[in-house]
Amino acid sequence: MKLGILWSGGKDSCYAAYLAKKEGNDIACLITLQSENDDSFMFHTPSIDKVKQQAQAMSIPLLIKKTKGEKESELEDLELAILAAKQKYEIEGLVSGALASTYQSSRIQKICDALGIESFNPLWQKNQFEHVNDIIKCGMKVIITGVFAEPLNEDWLGREIDGDFIEEIKDMANHYEINPAGEGGEYESYVLFCPTLFSHQLLFDYDKSKLSIKGNKNSWKMEVEVEEEK
Amino acid sequence: MNILIINICSEPLHYYEFVKPIESIISSTNINYSTKDYDKLSISDIEKSDKIIISGTSIKDNKFLEDLHLFVEILKTNKPVFGICGGMEILGALLGGTMKERKEIGFNEIKFTKSFLNIQSGTQLQVYQLHNLYIDFSDLLNDIDISAKSYDLVTQAFKHKFKPMYGVLFHPEVRNENIIKEFIQAT
Repeated sequence: MKLGILWSGGKDSCYAAYLAKKEGNDIACLITLQSENDDSFMFHTPSIDKVKQQAQAMSIPLLIKKTKGEKESELEDLELAILAAKQKYEIEGLVSGALASTYQSSRIQKICDALGIESFNPLWQKNQFEHVNDIIKCGMKVIITGVFAEPLNEDWLGREIDGDFIEEIKDMANHYEINPAGEGGEYESYVLFCPTLFSHQLLFDYDKSKLSIKGNKNSWKMEVEVEEEK
Repeated sequence: MNILIINICSEPLHYYEFVKPIESIISSTNINYSTKDYDKLSISDIEKSDKIIISGTSIKDNKFLEDLHLFVEILKTNKPVFGICGGMEILGALLGGTMKERKEIGFNEIKFTKSFLNIQSGTQLQVYQLHNLYIDFSDLLNDIDISAKSYDLVTQAFKHKFKPMYGVLFHPEVRNENIIKEFIQAT
């Protein structure tokens, strides 16, 4: 089936795309909503300009739609973006990385239903520890680009999601209200590599002096700079 | 104990959304399960199982309705059976109910007017719905208890009066996992 991926650049949309390909589907395009609202209800997209570099590394067309990120108008913008993908790339279904948000998933379901295409949410209801473990196991390279919850702080920016990360987040989940996969918006991520999708790895050098980093206390965000692998 | 989960999804990618969450709930109880695609189901699969769960599938996927004959053996057994969404539609259609159209997507409240597994009569419950069909059981009330309806009177849960057979039109794997646990542990 020809599918469009609702793509944020982060680990969830990428792992959903990975599963879509693993199950024999054709990924026809990535669909990215560029929200002007940092508190968007639907789209969490740090470093969104960098999705272009991911799309190039995957050789998959990218469809970007700007949205003001207001509660209901961003849904209209999402529907327009999916409609454009249906017309331009003839997608028969949409894949999202929704894990547990019924707000997000029911709205995506309604839009796909209205447009007459399938809706796929392969991470739906997944155990969040299992999910971050699967990301490591499959060979994805993912870094943290934003943190938005206590006790996460600036030190977490640029960290790779690896075994140490899981151990620490597990410990935090026991003491704070932290969802290990960041489903509650506790952190945001950016994918540098995913097997079967990326032809090469994007290189990231965590050099504070060269990166745009903003925030305070337990809320930090950085603009990723990546290079093509030589 | 072995639970047989019947996967009614025609697209392999839908397994992760409609079947895997059921597997995860059963895994958390340490009860064994096996999963079978409905078009590969054999009589031996049914015989080897102690209880059967029929999954749901996506709102656009109605392939299983063309293959209702493949589920007839399930109706012949006296083993506990639990149908979820499309799975309930299958049970209802095979019992002789009338399939009708009604689209319900998202979280909605339903009311239980009869007890159902661990849910008491009178309970109001927020449930996750994802369907465009339902079963009208009004001709089957000698055999079927309608346990819950939505406010526009669509049957949301039923149980058979003489068999251990249950169905829900909503998705209990989303926020109402205890209903599935009660089926596998208590019936």
